[in-house]
Amino acid sequence: MRAFAIALFSVVALAVPAFAQEEAMPPLDHEKWSFDGPFGTFDRGALQRGFEVYSEVCSNCHSLKLMSYRDLGGPGGLGYSDDEVKAIAAQKEVTDGPNDQGEMFQRPARPSDHFVPPFPNDQANRAAHNGALPPDLSLIVKAREGGSDYIYGILTGYKPPPPGLKMPDTMQYNMHFPGHQIAMPPPLSDDVVSFADGTKATTAQEAHDVVTFLTWASEPRMEERKKTGVKVVFFLLVMTGVLYAAKRKIWADVH
Amino acid sequence: MAALQSQSKIVRWIDHRLPIFTFMQHELHEYPTPKNLTYWWNYGSLAALMLMIMIATGIFLAMEYTPNVNLAFDSVERIMRDVNYGWLIRYIHMNGASFFFIVTYIHIFRGLYYGSYKEPRELLWILGVVILLCMMATAFMGYVLPWGQMSFWGATVITNLFSAIPLVGNEVVTWLWGGFSVDNPTLNRFYALHYLLPFVILGVVGLHIMALHTHGSNNPLGIDRKGPQDSIPFHPYYTIKDMFGVGVFLTIFAIFVFWFPNLLGDPANYIRANPLQTPPEIVPEWYFLPFYAMLRSVPDILFIKAKLAGVLAMFGSIFMLFILPWLDTSPVRSARFRPIYKWVFWLLVIDVLVLGYVGAHRPEGLYVVMGRIATLYYFFHFLILFPLLGIFERPLPLPTSISAAVTKGKP
Ligand code: HEC
Ligand code: HEM
Repeated sequence: MRAFAIALFSVVALAVPAFAQEEAMPPLDHEKWSFDGPFGTFDRGALQRGFEVYSEVCSNCHSLKLMSYRDLGGPGGLGYSDDEVKAIAAQKEVTDGPNDQGEMFQRPARPSDHFVPPFPNDQANRAAHNGALPPDLSLIVKAREGGSDYIYGILTGYKPPPPGLKMPDTMQYNMHFPGHQIAMPPPLSDDVVSFADGTKATTAQEAHDVVTFLTWASEPRMEERKKTGVKVVFFLLVMTGVLYAAKRKIWADVH
Repeated sequence: MAALQSQSKIVRWIDHRLPIFTFMQHELHEYPTPKNLTYWWNYGSLAALMLMIMIATGIFLAMEYTPNVNLAFDSVERIMRDVNYGWLIRYIHMNGASFFFIVTYIHIFRGLYYGSYKEPRELLWILGVVILLCMMATAFMGYVLPWGQMSFWGATVITNLFSAIPLVGNEVVTWLWGGFSVDNPTLNRFYALHYLLPFVILGVVGLHIMALHTHGSNNPLGIDRKGPQDSIPFHPYYTIKDMFGVGVFLTIFAIFVFWFPNLLGDPANYIRANPLQTPPEIVPEWYFLPFYAMLRSVPDILFIKAKLAGVLAMFGSIFMLFILPWLDTSPVRSARFRPIYKWVFWLLVIDVLVLGYVGAHRPEGLYVVMGRIATLYYFFHFLILFPLLGIFERPLPLPTSISAAVTKGKP
């Protein structure tokens, strides 16, 4: 039974990917990410630069509702100090209340507030973008097949449309977007931001950094997860080894 | 039951009034087990372990989860982001469902290969199929809880199947939903049932084990134990072997939980449910794919509409397992001594894998043809091959006893 099982599963493993290549999409390039691999962590420089790109560019259209400003600091954050986080939050205004007069009021955001969205609601956001809704980016990396590579592909995948293709003015040609017509104008170009750490802001660099930031935003606990995993698997391997030895010993007298 | 010999006064005091120690002694220590069980016999204890893990993690999730269409998605993300080790609990629960099914499916195919469903284990087998059905219901409703796009649309597609019931179909669907679409009442009742069903499973597992311990485990030779030389006590031999299996299994499970937690899931379930936007493709979790393929493969048959026929095929496929003890007419249990069934068994495995593969694709072109052939084969296998094989196959001679076969080396 065992030999057959192994043979069968190797055939399946070989056959399935061969079948699966069918969609008419160019393959995604595999970027080198600091967070790849079993020990991967987020490059703090890339995270902070990515946050700059998000704040200066993407946040004009895209919300990031699941994140709070406090997530930017502390362990597992972007490496900002508490004061820096307070200052970042304070740049935004939020509605609070009601106060003891029964009135709502505006106040500067605090670290405990969620990221302030660019529009009060989806309808307003759509209305500003010819009916297309820029999705919330909190989970975007986990919510797309291809993850980080896909988002990078979208941000760098703008091309002149192939000759003969008629597109509405509100649409752009993007080789990685399903259907190739995307309502988002190319958000990035060289020097669309100037990085605080002096890194040269090429389109590729901006895309790389903002994708690193969005990957972190999709799962801020990823570093903790991998670190815990190393310990757990190490423990399990040792435990399994001991159990195997015990099993051999106990079974030694069975014929 | 013999009175317990224990050094401890307390143990004897308790046992005299509540014989749990005698019971454990009897069911674990004295419980005679065939000495030739292979690692294919580890999957039962692994399934029990998975059930425990699912209940334990589920209870902690339930403390933080909010079953409301406006809050459910965010409450799950709060678990992932803000609750201490919430990400761990949720990833264990999420991948645990997949691993529970992997283990259970292997456990079932083990039973199919070695004829573990045959006399006197028919009820044991049937209880197992009941557990499978309950697991499916539990997993289906659990997947709805995070209220992502696949949660919502999966629930919509599957509950809509009941509209295929003649005459009262639509009323039944409205009743299931608690409204006119999948909505808050649906989420609430699914949550209540998702919490309840694992405990029903726990009860049926108890019966399953009771039935098991009545005649003991089957074994790779499929012949009965003839005497003490054929058996060893469950403890310590199989407790340690099961624990070693648990170690290997947990290591693989941990690799998924810590490094590939979303590999087995659909990315679309990280998009909040949106009743106004149908996703390009609605696919269930991988463990339902073979059934989903059958559902979508069957065409109109005479006066039965394709939808109803598909539903019948899907439930029929499980029903085949229920009546299998009477479909298989061969008196020999183990495929080792069944020269034809030994090969035919693998055809069924391949058939189910093909169905799973088809289920992951839109029912177009080649996939429709493959799906129909594979569905047809599935029923052919159960309804025609099983009965006929028992009549026409010439089994090999069986060894006289387990110990005779074991000391002689593998047959
Ligand atoms: C001018 C407004 C605008 C800006 C600025 C903008 N986007 Fe978008 N974005 C959109 C719109 C509109 C869509 C919806 C596109 C569609 O559905 O066709 C979108 C869609 C997306 C998508 C989803 C693609 C998919 O697979 O559905 C991603 C990812 C994305 N944007 C990332 C970004 C990032 C990263 C930035 C910052 C570098 C950014 N966007 C800046 C308007 C914007
Ligand atoms: C037979 C055992 C069980 C199975 C197969 C199972 C399966 C599932 C599945 C597939 C999900 C969706 C996971 C996701 O994609 O997020 C889920 C979610 C959930 N389950 Fe279970 N479950 C089981 C037992 C339990 C128990 C016993 C409880 C409660 C006591 C529970 C509570 C929850 C809760 C609160 C959620 C929503 C949170 C989330 O989606 O992560 N489960 N379950």
